[in-house]
Formats: sequence, C-alpha cells, structure tokens
Amino acid sequence: MTPRRRGRRARQAGWNAVGLAVFAVMAFPVFWMISTSFKSNDQIISLNPTWFPLHPTLQHFRDAIHRPFFWDDVKNSLIVVSVTVAISIVLAFLAAVALSRYRFAGRKLCIVRVSGIQMLPQAGLIIPLYVVLARYHQVNALTGVIVTYMTFVLPFSVWTLRGFLIGIPKELEEAAMVDGSTRLGVFLKILLPLMGPGLVATSVFAFITTWNEYIFARVLLNDQAKQTVTVWLSGFVGGSRHTDWGALMAASTLTAIPVVIFFLLVQRRIAFGLTMGAVRG
Amino acid sequence: MASAAETTLFRSRRRRRFWGHTLRAAIPYSLILPVLVVIGVILGYPLYWLVRLSTERYGLFELIRHAGVSVGFDNFSSVLRDPVFWHTLLRTVVFTAVNVSLTMGVGMLLALLLVRVSTAVRVLLSSGLVLVWSMPVVVAVQVWLWMTNFQNGVANYVLTQLHLGDFIRHDWYATTFSQLSLVTLLIVWGALPFVVITLYAGLAQVPRDLVEAAEVDGARPWRVFLDITLPILRPILLILTSLSIIWDFGVFTQPYLLIGQSKITTGNYLMSVYLFEEGYFKSDFGRGAAISILMLLIVAVLSVVYVRKMVRIGEAQ
Repeated sequence: MTPRRRGRRARQAGWNAVGLAVFAVMAFPVFWMISTSFKSNDQIISLNPTWFPLHPTLQHFRDAIHRPFFWDDVKNSLIVVSVTVAISIVLAFLAAVALSRYRFAGRKLCIVRVSGIQMLPQAGLIIPLYVVLARYHQVNALTGVIVTYMTFVLPFSVWTLRGFLIGIPKELEEAAMVDGSTRLGVFLKILLPLMGPGLVATSVFAFITTWNEYIFARVLLNDQAKQTVTVWLSGFVGGSRHTDWGALMAASTLTAIPVVIFFLLVQRRIAFGLTMGAVRG
Repeated sequence: MASAAETTLFRSRRRRRFWGHTLRAAIPYSLILPVLVVIGVILGYPLYWLVRLSTERYGLFELIRHAGVSVGFDNFSSVLRDPVFWHTLLRTVVFTAVNVSLTMGVGMLLALLLVRVSTAVRVLLSSGLVLVWSMPVVVAVQVWLWMTNFQNGVANYVLTQLHLGDFIRHDWYATTFSQLSLVTLLIVWGALPFVVITLYAGLAQVPRDLVEAAEVDGARPWRVFLDITLPILRPILLILTSLSIIWDFGVFTQPYLLIGQSKITTGNYLMSVYLFEEGYFKSDFGRGAAISILMLLIVAVLSVVYVRKMVRIGEAQ
C-alpha cells in the first residue's frame, strides 16, 4: 500500500468516526425517549442511568393510555386531521393545476399570495382567530380548529403540489390532446395517475403538520375532552414536582409513532417536492 | 343558397370558437377560485378583525358583549411605550441571529461531512436525521424536559461523568440565559435535518469535473469551497436562511413549553410568547392585536427577500 493511499484511508476512517459521533448525538434524544418508556420506575429514578432496559415493561404504556382523556383526544386529533387534509388536498390540487398548467392574468399575484401566506407567523393570528371564532361560538369546537388549520395547510399543499406538477412534462398531455383527448380526459387519464405519488406525499405531510400543531389547538380548545393529542401531551408535566417520566415518555412515543411511520414513507418525495423550486432557481 | 349556408356555418363555428375561447380562459380561474375564496374568508376576515381590534379596547367584557370601544391608536402607543416590548424585540433579534447562524453553520458542516463519509455511514446518518426531522415538536420538548430535569436528568449525569464540572442537581431552568440556551439547542437540533438534507441535495449539483480541475490546478479545499461550491449553493442558502429567520423569529411552542408557563416572565419573553401572554392570556385582545400587527410587519419586511426569490422561480418555469 502506498503511503498516499494509506493517508486517504485514514482520513476516510476519521470522517466516518465523526459521522458516527454526529449520528449518536442527533439520535440520542429519540433513543432516550424510547428506552425510558420501557424501563422500570426504579431504573428511571436512579441517579445512575440505565442505557438499555434489559427487562422491558409495558406498564408505562398502560398508564399513559389509561390517563383521562387520552382516547377522547386521539379521536379529536384524527377527526381534525382527516377532515382538514381531505378538504385541503382536493381544493389545493385544482389550484395547483391552474398555477402550473395555465398562464392567466393574476397568476403572479396568486403565487405571491400563496407563498406569502406561508410566511405569516402563526402566533400573529391567534388573537383575531380566537375573537372571530368566539363570535360565532366556534371556540371549543373542532370545526373552528379545522377552519383554522386550513389557513396553513391549503397554501402549503398548493405550493407542494405545484412543485410535483411542474415535474410532469407537458408534452405527455399535449400528445394526448393531439390524439383527440379532451382536457378532462387528459386530466383523468394522464395527470391524475401520474400525480398519485405527489398527492399521497402531500397528504401525508399535511397530516403530519396538522397532527403536530400545538398553538392554535392550545388557544381554541379549553375543554379537556375536546383537545387534541399534542395539547393533551403538553399538559402531562403540569406544575407538579413529581412527573411520571416513564408514562410521559411512553405517551410521547405513542404520539410520535404515527408521524414517524408516515414520515419515513414519504420523506424522499416531499424533500424533492420542497426543494424543486430552490434547486431550479 | 350555398353562400347563405356557408355564412351560417361560418357564424356558428365562429360563435362556438368564441365560447370555446371564453370557456378555456375561464378554466384556470374556476380551478383556483375555491382556494382563493376559502383563503379569503378564513384568513381575510380575521385579518380585517385584526386591524379593527387593534384600534379598540377589547377584553373579556367586550368579547361577551360582541362590541369593542374605539380608542384610536392607544393600543399601539401603549405597546410602543412599553419597555418590555423593546426588550423583547431586542432579545428576539439576538435569539434569532444566534439560532439561524448555528443552524446554517452546523448544517453546512454536516452536509459537507455527509459527502465525505462512506456509503454505510451516510445511510445511517441520514436516516438518523430523518428520524429527528419526524419528531413532533411537542414530543421533542417533553424529551428535552426529561433529559435536563435537575433531579435525575441524563444531561447532568453525562456532563459530570465527562468531568466538565459538578452538574449533580444542576437546575438548567434557573437563569434566563440557561433557559434560552436550552431552547436554542432544541430548535437547532430540530431544524438541522431539513437544512442538512436540502444542502446535501444541493451539493450533488456541484459538477465533479469542475472541482477536480480546480484540484489539479492546485486549489486548496477551502478555495474550492469558496469559489465553486458556495456560488452554486447560493440560491439554496438564501432560501434556507430567510426561511430560518422567519421561523425562528416567530417561534412559540419550544420556548413556551420548555420554559413552562409557570416560569415565563417578562424577563424571558420572546416575541410570540409576549404576544400570547399579553394578548391572549390576559384577555387584552385589542393590545394583543396591536402587538400582532407590529410583529407581522417585522416578519413581512424579513420575508420580502424570500417571496421575491420564489416569484422569480415561479416565473422562470
């Protein structure tokens, strides 16, 4: 082996070691959450931490799901998420087709508006949304939260779907049009099937953002039986000095699981959709 | 006869073409109309109320009575004369600058690292990043609270074992600086995956032969990075930086939940927390609306760069 190649190999090993260290630091909180949720209470309280629970217990998971309002709030989250995503995706898809396939007066303004709305800090909207919804007696009601969530799911979905649509070559549709298909036929037979993955990815991402949302749910839902999972989870610690860390970590794991599974499924696609614009500029 | 028939045919065809044109021109508008209407109602109406509320005295009493009392610009002058507002603004600006620099700096380093490591490590590291990316913020806060709790948090144990000092029963939530540092760690940890993965995708666009040519010419890695990599990454960096600025300036969940309602004081307010406490928690909606408007204006100025860039991309396609 020449010295030069040995040097290169040593350097590669060094970079790999740094990479592994970064991985350990970044992934540790997630590992610690899962590991804690399977430990016995003695191991959790101990000053000398147990890294791997060798005798895992499911007790904390049982405690977590039997806490008051867990199932109510899971149900609320599911209702809010599914209604918001269903309505938003249908409306956003139509708008995305208009923005990516047609040139029309006012198109630029629409793009500015859609990307501009995404920039609004959510906290800036809590006061007017709370007051308006209170006037129509929609505070403490899931409909109020659904309407509120659409303010950020809609623009986001339009933007992402537009990114996917741009990726589908127009020539495919033009060829079908030349062969005598109508615009509606092209839409149903060519655009919709090709957009399948993009629609799934965008829906899942909308699902995740809605499931994770906290501030609006916190402001708009006061009744414990009407809250969403994230608000339920945030109320776990409370003011007491003796937090049940095991149950809290089990509850956190349960809250994160659906998101993690969905996210891993579509991450590659959505990263592509989000960066399309950026990379092309 | 023939000519009359021809004229009718011609006319009807022209009429059909006229209607065809109009219909076709109407297609994009009818497609985009539902979204515009929905956004107009669910966003436009509250925004109208935001402006209206900011000029009224509007508390719980007025909320029940469904009518505010007009006070002109009193809410704005009250906020602008409040030293807490200016302190909060300054704190938020510094906080944002620290968070964005850390996110972008560390993110760039990790993206470059991702290029250097072997395939196996790259797969492992990027799956770890995706796992972190997928963590819900509220969940991440709970894990942070558990790791840093003063009685038996793992952070105190590890730091003590590493001989970095005596951290047994160290309370990380004792000072404002320490509280906000933890919030910063949490935010940077959560933001890194998106930044690293996007920058790594951008790095793949740097032409290999260009880098090799520069290396053959004797350019040092640092120069290659400055003169070749950085210019190519510039648009991505610009977008990521402006997005991070906007997000970090308006961040609410991480500081509010990590510091905890009971420990929130005027001394550790960030802009969104200030707005939440003053406007919503104290049910002073008029004053809260004034704070919101000031905050929206600041963010609007910050996001001009981003939106302009996005529009240019939109036009290029």
